[in-house]
Amino acid sequence: MNERSSNQSAATAPDEISLSCRGPLVMLFLHAAFWLVAASVLALVASLKFHSPAFLSGCAWLTYGRVHSAAVNAQLYGFAVQAGLGVALWIIAQTGRSPLPHPLGFIIGAAVWNLGVLSGIVAILAGQGTGYENLEFPFYSALLLFLGFLVVGSGALLAIHSRRERSLTPAHWFLVAALFWFPWILSGAYLLLTVWPVRGLMQSMVVWWFGGNLTFVWLSLVGLAALFHFIPQILGRPLHSRQMALFTFWTLLFFGSWTGIPSTAPVPAWIPALSAVMTLLTLVTLLSAWTNLRQTNSGGQPLPGNLAPLRFLLFGLGMFQLAGLMRIVLSLPVLGHITSFTWFAPAQIQLQSFGFFSMVMLGAVYFIFPRVMGSGLSCTKAPLRHFWLAAVGCLLVALPWAVGGVAQGLKLADASIPFMVISHSTLSFLRASSLGEVLILVGNLMFAMNLLMTTTRCASTFFLPAFLAITAQTPKAEVKP
Amino acid sequence: MNYGPLVFLTAFVALSASWFGFVLTPQIQIGRLTESTNTLNTAELYPKARPGQAAQGLQVYRANGCAACHTQQTVQEGTSIDVYLLEVGTNAAAVSTALVKANVGFTRIDDPGFFLNLPKNILPGTTIEAAKRAFKGAQSAGAKAQIRINPQGPDIARHWGVRGSVAADYLFDQPVMLGSQRVGPDLSNVGARLPDVNWHLLHLYAPQQVVKGSLMPPHRFLFNVAKAGQHPSPDALQVPPEVAPAPGYEVVPKPEAVALAAYLVSLNSSTPVFETPMTLASSATSTNSPAK
Repeated sequence: MNERSSNQSAATAPDEISLSCRGPLVMLFLHAAFWLVAASVLALVASLKFHSPAFLSGCAWLTYGRVHSAAVNAQLYGFAVQAGLGVALWIIAQTGRSPLPHPLGFIIGAAVWNLGVLSGIVAILAGQGTGYENLEFPFYSALLLFLGFLVVGSGALLAIHSRRERSLTPAHWFLVAALFWFPWILSGAYLLLTVWPVRGLMQSMVVWWFGGNLTFVWLSLVGLAALFHFIPQILGRPLHSRQMALFTFWTLLFFGSWTGIPSTAPVPAWIPALSAVMTLLTLVTLLSAWTNLRQTNSGGQPLPGNLAPLRFLLFGLGMFQLAGLMRIVLSLPVLGHITSFTWFAPAQIQLQSFGFFSMVMLGAVYFIFPRVMGSGLSCTKAPLRHFWLAAVGCLLVALPWAVGGVAQGLKLADASIPFMVISHSTLSFLRASSLGEVLILVGNLMFAMNLLMTTTRCASTFFLPAFLAITAQTPKAEVKP
Repeated sequence: MNYGPLVFLTAFVALSASWFGFVLTPQIQIGRLTESTNTLNTAELYPKARPGQAAQGLQVYRANGCAACHTQQTVQEGTSIDVYLLEVGTNAAAVSTALVKANVGFTRIDDPGFFLNLPKNILPGTTIEAAKRAFKGAQSAGAKAQIRINPQGPDIARHWGVRGSVAADYLFDQPVMLGSQRVGPDLSNVGARLPDVNWHLLHLYAPQQVVKGSLMPPHRFLFNVAKAGQHPSPDALQVPPEVAPAPGYEVVPKPEAVALAAYLVSLNSSTPVFETPMTLASSATSTNSPAK
């Protein structure tokens, strides 16, 4: 019932603002969906290798180390940043009540970005990865990413500048910071790793600094912007507290940017200690975002037809808390020594990058897409099914990893247990997580198919009459002799 | 906060602060290390750049993402300090009085067996202050004593290294791949544990043949299986019959495999440095007898 009415309400003709978003957003979201599917296929291949080490091992392109990095990078740069940009453009255009300037510019920027991701993934699989975690793309791919982001990002800043509704919303603060943050950290990292390379462990320092700023700060900036924008909109009520959102913003920037150094890092001790203190302080960021959004949500009913997006967003909010707490555990001296180097760390990354960020983005895309296309989704029941697949899949991947990781860490701390015994004790957890990877893959395929079919249907209803009109035979009577 | 420039300024200040803290300051502290004699007890230059083939092997290690499963960092969790009595000298009574006076936990030493079976650890796991007092007391009474500092932690107990990893260990590597997961064992000292290049080649070709139950995927793409012909290759690998190719064929490592094995053998950070104080095992039991 609800789904049907959403179909009708969204089917109303899109306004000028939504129309200006159509080209760029279709471009960004369709490519993001493609990379999401690609990332989950690669992650599944990597996961299957724990069932049999010899699986696909004959081919250098599909060896575990390469497939694993390709999956991580496809998820981060192919899906996360790209979908984040699309959602940012929509929020900026909607809250500013002004259409996006020069839609073609965004499309070109997105094309350059995707060229960067494609060349980077191929390079990793071909053995040209840099070897730096989260920065495996070679320099030329990173340059394309930088240029693509610069084009889309400066367009977004122009859109903010030319907004008609002058007051800035909390979502704006987070997005403006994110638009500057990414090119700064990307250029900062690549300049110090490839152009003027630093020596020795300084490379790892740069990689950790970048990793913390991308996977925690940037993802949180964009993810929280989406939560602060869409949860009030879907519930049809204002955000509980603007001041608290400002507090979240400041603490995220000032504490979050100092996190990311592992507690076991072989660097002078003040560095991991300072990072641990700052990571502990991000607790106030987590709590303020949680309180603010819970207060906004409590007792509210979603506007008809928006149940699936709201579920995605609330699940993402929960996982933001869980991933943040696990991150604090990883950074603390005693607990961190047990959990680092184990499967607990990948579980944290999975919850941060998929459980929180991707789920929020998926919810936002399910909300935006029908509105920007001016027609309902091709399959209106799919979003809810996708939600259950993704939520169960995400937990089925992350929980076995986390539990197995703690068990592994406790055994690693006891030198009397042989290493081989420990490795084998993690296997049952790793194999269980393959099922989660399959569920995630099925959900992501449904998502990609849904977007693709909605787009082709819209394109055919748009182009077919135009095509028929052009090719129609002109009635003879109207031809003047 | 209704002004875009203010948001920009906040972000800029926050990120610059973290850049100064976590990039610039460490660069001043550890980014300018050089090869030096910053070693304990020896005048050895450390760190040294890897030999050419091992440096190429580092790139094979990078290309195949070995760091996804292997760390290269030994974690040390503090040290334990022992005092060893090496020789008691001529006056055992004076030594026992001096040890009691040193106030390190001995109230009386009247058991004559205390001075038998030397060298002996008389103060296991003590503090550095107590160890110094006991050492001085024993020396002044004519005995020979030694303070031994032993790095501690599960990694060291597993023989993955003799000391914790320090920044100098990675100085000449580009890229540095510390790794963040131990699907396989730590490799920071694998060259000290397993110094045989052929062991590594066979392990890369058929891991399960060398290490029973290994989770490592075989890296057969680093090897050529070719017809042996009239003149078999001198580099051909001796493979056990379970994984041997068809008769008349031989397994020849590609240059990548040879370089990777050379790199793995070069991984050894046992040189004692001032950042991780320790007593060398060799200085305690100095002997000319061949190692077992």
